Amino acid sequence: MARAASTSQKIAWTVVAWAVAFVIFFPILYTVITSFKTEPEAIAGINLIPSGTLKSYIDVQTQRDYWRPFTNSVIISLGSTLLALLIAVPAAWSMAFSPTRRTKDILMWMLSTKMMPAAAVLVPIYLLFRDFGLLDSRIGLTLMLTLINLPIVVWMLYTYFREIPGEILEAARMDGASLWNEIIHVLTPMAVPGIASTMLLNIILAWNEAFWTIRLTTTNAAPLTAFIASFSSPQGLFWAKLSAASTMAIAPILIMGWFSQRQLVRGLTFGAVK
Amino acid sequence: MLRRNDESMLTSRLSFEHLPKAEAIARSPFKGGYQMTLKSLMLGACSTLALASVAQAQSTTLTIATVNNGDMIRMQSLTDDFTSKNPDIQLQWVTLEENVLRERVTTDIATKGGQYDVMTIGNYEVPIWAKQGWLLPLDNLGDNYKVDDLLPSIRSGLTYEGKLYAAPFYGESAMIMYRTDLFEKAGLTMPEDPSWEFIADAARKITDRDNNISGICLRGKAGWGENMAFLTALTNSFGGRWFDENWQPQFDQPEWKEALQFYVDLMKDAGPSGASSNGFNENLTLFQQGQCGMWMDATVAASFVSDPDNSTVADKVGYAIFPSKEGVDNNGNWLWSWNLAVPAGSSKAEAAQKFIAWATSQEYTELVADKEGWAAVPPGTRTSLYENEEYLKEPFAQPTLNAIQAANITEPSVKPVPYTGGQFVAIPEFQGLGTTVGQLFSAALAGQSSVDDALAQAQQVSVREMTRAGYIK
Repeated sequence: MARAASTSQKIAWTVVAWAVAFVIFFPILYTVITSFKTEPEAIAGINLIPSGTLKSYIDVQTQRDYWRPFTNSVIISLGSTLLALLIAVPAAWSMAFSPTRRTKDILMWMLSTKMMPAAAVLVPIYLLFRDFGLLDSRIGLTLMLTLINLPIVVWMLYTYFREIPGEILEAARMDGASLWNEIIHVLTPMAVPGIASTMLLNIILAWNEAFWTIRLTTTNAAPLTAFIASFSSPQGLFWAKLSAASTMAIAPILIMGWFSQRQLVRGLTFGAVK
Repeated sequence: MLRRNDESMLTSRLSFEHLPKAEAIARSPFKGGYQMTLKSLMLGACSTLALASVAQAQSTTLTIATVNNGDMIRMQSLTDDFTSKNPDIQLQWVTLEENVLRERVTTDIATKGGQYDVMTIGNYEVPIWAKQGWLLPLDNLGDNYKVDDLLPSIRSGLTYEGKLYAAPFYGESAMIMYRTDLFEKAGLTMPEDPSWEFIADAARKITDRDNNISGICLRGKAGWGENMAFLTALTNSFGGRWFDENWQPQFDQPEWKEALQFYVDLMKDAGPSGASSNGFNENLTLFQQGQCGMWMDATVAASFVSDPDNSTVADKVGYAIFPSKEGVDNNGNWLWSWNLAVPAGSSKAEAAQKFIAWATSQEYTELVADKEGWAAVPPGTRTSLYENEEYLKEPFAQPTLNAIQAANITEPSVKPVPYTGGQFVAIPEFQGLGTTVGQLFSAALAGQSSVDDALAQAQQVSVREMTRAGYIK
């Protein structure tokens, strides 16, 4: 139902949209601004013009190694995403194209695991990790993040797959396509945008996950979240250094998000309009 | 798969047929030949493993958990001295925010995860954790370790049933830092042992709202280690206590009412705006920017406010002991130390103690002084440091020592108490209870509730919490 909107309405909505976007983006912007301030400046109150010093960046890099946590972040976020897709694509495919009476219940049950506060299972998980020798290991963390994000990945993929008309697949079958041909030549091209945006979102979620990544690691597998956490201080000023560390930690994911925003937006709004 | 395997076995068996028998047997996978190879392989592997474990024994890696503060960062940069003396020990650091560190370390230690070999904990935790059997006693610090040189008040806080469970890295008490220029201008002289009455009077005189100068800056941010640290010390000095001998909370007693009313009134008249969200760092900034006439907080602040790089008032700071109330002989008994301890789960206790002995030794302080000057030396742990002429030249050295020596955490109040701890109560429940009460008092400071209401609620939650925890029968 298209409806003509007057120019003034359009302008008003544009302004509102920009304002909302700015409010949402402001914390990140202010983190970047603060990273270019001196410590006393950073704590002095809201001030949008920094003195432009790079001291915090220098301090951060001389005090701690950036590259090891960075590498860990890349490995565990990519690893957990690929692993999650490997499990979720067949799961979502079967639920979308051959649903049973219990499919909805299974989906709800999967989502319900996200409703439990993480702290509630900290000790059992920690004990399991200890006994399997997974504490402070990238494999352990990759598994953990896979499991955490799996419900979301399955849900997202399920929504995308449902949008693909089953008739097309049937038509392919009628033409004699085998199961593999059906998946590779018919389903995949149609599902790629959905898979891509799920993948991107999952990488972002895994990159930013701070509860388990800090609690299940010490040094070897500690990712960038632990790197940021190390700059908070009980006595002494640390806002500027913390901001510099945060900026360095979010920069890669921000850049990745920037370049893939078209896919992200497309994926996130996929199926929103029927 | 199975079939393919069978086939390949068959092929290998067949291919041996042209060989002389002995050789065929030797190569046959079924007749000892491969077993021999396997044996020698295993022998080789074993010896490699043995070699590797010898190498491992030669090189131990210690994982050290620590908070992010200046002294700890400095120590990390000076560890070459340790590793060059102990080439068989490697160090790796985990630095976390104080509360995250506490939670992280508690999880690991309670589950015996063994992720840490050395950890940094406060003197609040040491007796509690030692009692739980979570820490190893430090009985192997070496012959050269001068344990008797540790300041007695600090050492007693780290001792449980006669054994030392942690070694102090730095120690602190609380004292007054004040602006000498503002005192002079107002015609005031700081007495040697100031009373709260004098402080209140002086704070109101110095306050100059037009020039953005508050007479006094005190902690107001809610938390057991934030406003409750100060308010507990304040109430100690007013003759109050958290619990009586039967663990009955004392917020309904006149001392708490007097102390809290005094604090709220004083902050209203002479404190900075928004004081209820000020903690150590916020007050430090205000003081460094010349906006506080007086600030009472941890002695470690002295090295920050007197640092000309960051402080605009570096050469105008005077120090005095934490005040007491007239007629009450008590200076608050604030005592905190960051200490190094070995968790019970560590399998590298020997190396860990070697490291602790190095980091908390007299030689370490000399190393820091040599590299970065005496002002950078971690304060408050050793008597010998305060006998050092060079160190005593630092203006905050003697006041810090006086403050630490005046603190007695075994008798924090003039009235008898069933607990130890100066600005805290050394029971596991204090973190939660202290923070809840801190929120009530922070609200009173912000004017959201009256002092009487805050105290009544504090009494109510404390009685409930202490009953539930089994202290009150």
